[in-house]
Amino acid sequence: MSKVKGIAWYTMLGGLSLIFIAPLVWMLLTSFKTTSEATRVPPTILPGDPTTAGYAELFGGSSQTPVLRWFLNSMLAATGQAVLVLIVASMAAYALARFDFRGKNVIFGAIIATLFVPIFTLIIPNFLIVDRLGWLDTLWALIVPGAASAFGVFFLRQFFSQLPRELEEAALLEGANAWQIFVKVILPLSKPALATLATISFLTNWNDFIWPVYVLFSPENFTLPPGLGTLQGAYGVNYPVLMAGAALASIPALLLFIVTQRYIIEGVSRSGLKG
Amino acid sequence: MVEQTVRPATRPVPPVTPAPAAPRRRGPGAAPWLFLAPYLVLFTTFTLVPAVYGLWISLHEWDYLLPGKPFVGVDNYGALLDSGSAVYESFWQSMQATGIFTVFTVPLLVALPLGVALILNRAFPGRTFFRAVYFAPYVLSVAVVGLLWRFVLDPNLGVVNAGLGAIGLPGDTPWTTGLPWAWISLVGVTVWWTLGFNAVIYLAGLQDIPRELYEAASIDGGGKWAAFRHVTLPGLRPVLLFIVINTVLASANMFGQAYLITQGAPGQETRTAIMYIAEEGLRNYRMGSAAAMSYVLTLALLIISLIVFRLFREKDPS
Repeated sequence: MSKVKGIAWYTMLGGLSLIFIAPLVWMLLTSFKTTSEATRVPPTILPGDPTTAGYAELFGGSSQTPVLRWFLNSMLAATGQAVLVLIVASMAAYALARFDFRGKNVIFGAIIATLFVPIFTLIIPNFLIVDRLGWLDTLWALIVPGAASAFGVFFLRQFFSQLPRELEEAALLEGANAWQIFVKVILPLSKPALATLATISFLTNWNDFIWPVYVLFSPENFTLPPGLGTLQGAYGVNYPVLMAGAALASIPALLLFIVTQRYIIEGVSRSGLKG
Repeated sequence: MVEQTVRPATRPVPPVTPAPAAPRRRGPGAAPWLFLAPYLVLFTTFTLVPAVYGLWISLHEWDYLLPGKPFVGVDNYGALLDSGSAVYESFWQSMQATGIFTVFTVPLLVALPLGVALILNRAFPGRTFFRAVYFAPYVLSVAVVGLLWRFVLDPNLGVVNAGLGAIGLPGDTPWTTGLPWAWISLVGVTVWWTLGFNAVIYLAGLQDIPRELYEAASIDGGGKWAAFRHVTLPGLRPVLLFIVINTVLASANMFGQAYLITQGAPGQETRTAIMYIAEEGLRNYRMGSAAAMSYVLTLALLIISLIVFRLFREKDPS
């Protein structure tokens, strides 16, 4: 690439980046402005008088907007679901990757078929099932049902299938049973895949919106996404507070993404192709 | 050992386990079932049962708050087809809103990410960095996206109108409250949010197209455009099929953007099918009717998916 061409190339890449990043930067900048500056026409780019008043108001809000509580609830729900997914999906994937048994294809087929069932058809019946379990308006409703998703099983089954079998056979000769092989051979070999799945599960749960909007009722039980909807109603055009709330919900997700982006993107694109 | 590519280049379903070289164990007995049990309990309770239970609900006048839930047969479906019923107009208006959104979103989310993927498929320093930047909005919740863009697009206080005004263009466009602007906003925001997802899927597909095919095409004397038409596009066929189907499904699921940015405004024009179904079923608790609606929408999606599959098959030269 010649020098001129190189400059043009990176200018284009940079311009494209701006489209994706500028709104996020605007969110952060606004969260440090005063209310009047946030809506000034023409707008200022950098806060003229940087203030954390938006954050102070966000965290000191009324009992209708216990933001810190929402943050903790989000952390609990997303971590809880990630752990649950790791356990149940890795066990199921191991069975599907390493055993031949009657009914295996039926089960695998049924799991595939559910990929074609639109999520929204499940929302109303699942609301009633969660109600019967006594989980409405609790974090259980956010942690458990979503762990039934087919994604983790697919993802890990494919990874396990590609592991070399020599180590397992060696362990078998030494008298290890299936559970020991699973825990001592398969899982340690699969750390990158497990970390990827944990991250994707965490993010999916952290970001979920429609389900928590309808199964959580009490402000103190909300997670951040439905909480942000409440903030919008409570603060109207007090944009520094709203952007502080949006930043609070984005920063953990963005940090996690920055640290693990290679794995997330490869995990997503790989499983995406599985149709 | 034959190298097993992770991503199947020719069909969307992955090849099953590699060579059956390992000696088969004696009958596995109960072991696989014990490993499967925890997942199957969840899968049955929260996926299989609800898929059937939903149909059952749709055959009843199922008011969550009332003790009696009388069986009404297909009346809930009938009401959706009867122009005199209470739900007819609202339901079809919401279906129309979802339809409009899908028709404008899908072509953009099929074409633009391919362009981005072609850019990212070239070798240059910083490629991984830019790929991450373009993907970044996708890791945000729709709640963040909605709140942020409602502010940016605020007709009176938002930076978009302020910016347009500052360079002498009309600065009073009702981005969130008027038509067709609300649609432009919702489609644009969705493209911004999910473009990176489709782009990385294309990129994975592009990287599976064998180099030799491009070399052969250049020996045949074709230019870049010929290579794109005769090598890239055919090579991407399974990926393209996945992207189209997946984007149609995602668009039909649209909820949060309209819920937070336009709140259905103006009037109910941007209230999507999912918004209406959720409101009927989970706010007004008319679950029988709402469940019936969700199956009608599913049927519509099934028909569209089948049409897309056929189109892709007919275009197959082989």
